[in-house]
Amino acid sequence: MDYYDILINVLSSTIRLSIPLIFTALAGLFSERAGVFDIGLEGKMLGAAFAAACVAYITDSAWLGLVAGILCSVALSLVHGFASITNRGNQIISGVAINFFIAGITIVLGQAWFGQGGRTPQLSPASRFSPIALPGADVMREVPIIGPLYSNVISGNNILTYLAFLAVPLSWWILFRTRFGLRLRAVGENPGAVDTAGISVSWLRYRAVMCAGILCGFSGTYLAIAQSAAFIKDMSAGKGYIALAALVFAKWKPVPVMFACLLFGFLDALANFMQGKQVPLIGAVPVQIFQALPYILTCILLAGFIGVATPPKAGGVPYTKER
Amino acid sequence: MSTASVPLPHWITYGLIPVLNLIVAFLISGFVVWLIGESPLGALSLLIEGALGSGEGIGFTLYYATSFIFTGLSVAVAIHAGLFNIGSEGQAYLGGLGCALAALALDRFVPWYVTMPVAVVGAGLFGAAWASIPAFLQAKRGSHIVITTIMFNYIGAALMVYLLVHVLIVPGKMAPETRTFLEGGQLPKLGWVMNLFGAKLGAAPFNVSFLIALVAAYFVWLLIWRTKLGFEMRTLGVSPTAASYAGIPYARTVMIAMLLSGALAGMMALNPVMGSSARLQVEFVGGAGFVGIAVSLMGRNHPVGIIFSAILFGILYQGGDWVSFEMPNITREMILVIQGLVILFAGALEYMFRPALVRIYQQFKVK
Repeated sequence: MDYYDILINVLSSTIRLSIPLIFTALAGLFSERAGVFDIGLEGKMLGAAFAAACVAYITDSAWLGLVAGILCSVALSLVHGFASITNRGNQIISGVAINFFIAGITIVLGQAWFGQGGRTPQLSPASRFSPIALPGADVMREVPIIGPLYSNVISGNNILTYLAFLAVPLSWWILFRTRFGLRLRAVGENPGAVDTAGISVSWLRYRAVMCAGILCGFSGTYLAIAQSAAFIKDMSAGKGYIALAALVFAKWKPVPVMFACLLFGFLDALANFMQGKQVPLIGAVPVQIFQALPYILTCILLAGFIGVATPPKAGGVPYTKER
Repeated sequence: MSTASVPLPHWITYGLIPVLNLIVAFLISGFVVWLIGESPLGALSLLIEGALGSGEGIGFTLYYATSFIFTGLSVAVAIHAGLFNIGSEGQAYLGGLGCALAALALDRFVPWYVTMPVAVVGAGLFGAAWASIPAFLQAKRGSHIVITTIMFNYIGAALMVYLLVHVLIVPGKMAPETRTFLEGGQLPKLGWVMNLFGAKLGAAPFNVSFLIALVAAYFVWLLIWRTKLGFEMRTLGVSPTAASYAGIPYARTVMIAMLLSGALAGMMALNPVMGSSARLQVEFVGGAGFVGIAVSLMGRNHPVGIIFSAILFGILYQGGDWVSFEMPNITREMILVIQGLVILFAGALEYMFRPALVRIYQQFKVK
């Protein structure tokens, strides 16, 4: 295999592995910009994956699966909101609770309903999001350099992939060009000021966590019925935390979020590709190094050694109206 | 006056509220059990029978509880200083390395009671070392301890898998684990304790580290409520600004609290590594670090409460195994569901019942 083919190969898996990260990190962006930390991204993603797989299996419809994924994830967001906005509980503890609950309940229900050790039955092609060939992909294939890039990396992805890349500018527009976005960001920096202006802090934060829920619904659905053809237990495998790392890495900005996710996806793709291969001069690189790299990079960033990542000021603090 | 600031007697704060939280968590879990077509009461009686119905069951329950006491204490010490340490899992994992190295080095030459103190120190040091980096980043560079400890869980897991696959593995073997420790590296079982009550321990790995856990709980109590350092930690936990006005050094207190937290998490490794499997394996922690969060919240961050809630979670783990064996429809993961609900109600929704309780309490007091 020549080097260009390898590159194309790694790039196309980079895209595949980045999509759930992009959706999830954007979800975290909405929530944390409004001042609600969300450790529960992992759980929402997993819950959405399970709901999407179940409904897609029963109804034979990928779109109904997506709806179910989003509903499940939004419901979990509302639990998080109830605990951390209405009851002013600890946001991190609430997120951790959601992660545990979902990690357990998906397996318990999966086993009880389908009896396959916690996974859902294999889905038919109709109940999945299948790859879409962009116009001219076949014709372009023979063109050198650009051809393989267009037909294997840009074309041939499923609809959710394109939606993920659409969600990035859309999130930017909502957050930075609409009144809702301005208020949402303000409530994450200085909820007192927003309250003084006569705008409900709680309702804004509820809407922000619901946006997060919708986006996590997309990422979970992608995992279960676009990338795979069934729900497998613990299939989010820490991606929610990687997305959180990407969010920190991108300093809570939408476009950098996309690039951070692509970087982490690339590391993952590279790790898969490098498994068991020799690097000249170095020898075999342990796959664990690639696995740990996103986390190490994030810690270095958090330490302020490569720029400063300042989180929204009111993040993690429940808002108490003055009495 | 807002109901949040009305003082309630200790028996309500430390007794009634946790019990209420637990009851709600159990009711919802029972609903889930009912949803999948099994009898909630049947499952509950199986759970209790499996965990407490035989000497062996009790032995397993206490074996699980031992790990949870350590990780619960670990989470609690950090919480008292206002730090939410989600990294106990990773710190316990690294603690296993310290413990295993001590056992591997000494088991040929000395009996267990010489190896044990070295292993305790080794496990504590490695756990503390793993906590020291997030602690430093929090204390000096202002990065968020929750994020960094999560990251360190994953980095620790990758590091340990690498070490077990490439470095510590027995040459020629496939399983990523160290060699089995000889008798000098194994902790004796506590069968005689069970015999006192006329019960047989059987195959349960209930061992000496339970006693170490109790001692650790006592020392944590001493530290938090009877020393200057503990007072400083609690002040910092209640209000960092007040602590700084009182001249309590932020960086030093954060470092010490996290190092202690990491050391306690690390010592958890004694129980599974030297007390049960007599070798270091991948995933020996098995989520005990995360259970520690639930245990600490449920036990109101008090060592006595932690011992009780650790035993409760021990019952859930051992009984849960029994239930999943007898009722194949209810898998072992049901424990995670209960655990999540306990964390939700005891931790995030801790104030939900409070206003109502305050109202009821005040009505009774007036009479």
